[in-house]
Amino acid sequence: MSDWDGRRWHDMGGQDAGPVPMDGHDFALWEKRVDALMVLCGQKGLFTVDGLRRALEDMGEDAFEKYSYYERWIAAVNQNLIEAGAYSLEELAARMDEVARRGPTYGEAQRDG
Amino acid sequence: MPHDHHDHFHHEGMSPSGHPYRADDDAPLSYWQRMEIAVRELLVEKGNLTPAEIAAQIEAMDARSPANGAAVVARAWSDAAFKARLLEDASEASREMGFDIGPLHLIAVENTQDTHNLIVCTLCSCYPRNLLGLPPDWYKTRAYRSRAVREPRSVLREFGLDLPDHVTLRVHDSTADMRYIVLPARPAGTDGMTEAELAALVTRDSMIGTGLPRQP
Repeated sequence: MSDWDGRRWHDMGGQDAGPVPMDGHDFALWEKRVDALMVLCGQKGLFTVDGLRRALEDMGEDAFEKYSYYERWIAAVNQNLIEAGAYSLEELAARMDEVARRGPTYGEAQRDG
Repeated sequence: MPHDHHDHFHHEGMSPSGHPYRADDDAPLSYWQRMEIAVRELLVEKGNLTPAEIAAQIEAMDARSPANGAAVVARAWSDAAFKARLLEDASEASREMGFDIGPLHLIAVENTQDTHNLIVCTLCSCYPRNLLGLPPDWYKTRAYRSRAVREPRSVLREFGLDLPDHVTLRVHDSTADMRYIVLPARPAGTDGMTEAELAALVTRDSMIGTGLPRQP
């Protein structure tokens, strides 16, 4: 018998936690782009919000603690797009390598940047 | 500290909206940023998206701010028939004012003298983004998500809102398809104010339930 209460890690309602951290930040361009990709891919039927949620929840609690919100989102967007056949894992890997060679910062790593 | 120095010190490193700048663009390119660039380029090359669509989507999101929600609240405060429609179907009533609500089912919950409403998304970050813009960071934290449904009065006190015991507190847990917005109670002493004047009293937090509208 397991003493698991049936909740997955993301189902946080009612748990103990510390004070609410009030510090905020302005969204960076790359974060806004992730948000835009999510919305547009959904509108075009490439995946659904449920698909996005499934990928985010399957990442587990470790990812929640370790990565920022939009880091988890781009990972979930990417996973859904690969599953939808939008591009292959090989194409993604090759492109990420190419991007790394363009320059050391986000601005310089843009194709036209 | 001399006053002129104090002013300078206070604003240094802050964005126009009063937040600290995040060191992204100058920091070394991260793995996840590389993934975003790669995904975006592949989608464009495969004909799924155009750069113009992406830019337009970002522009539309940037244009959404709590001012949109404030306009809806001010209309509800000024027009009883609109308020009735808003409480009946907040998506439709917001669309009536020209706001793009998308396919979301939006529900407005009304604060009164003896009822206060608070919204949360315990599972993640669902938020009435079409009317308020993107959620503040604290809305997405473990602390807010966990505690808002269990000890909401104590959470509200952290936001500086000490709710009297006789006020009933209702907490609404959002989902991806069903989102809430709080219709705050119209402050006293606002008789005769125009919709625009009223909208200026409506804060973001008053529409989440973690705050109250400004007093005139």
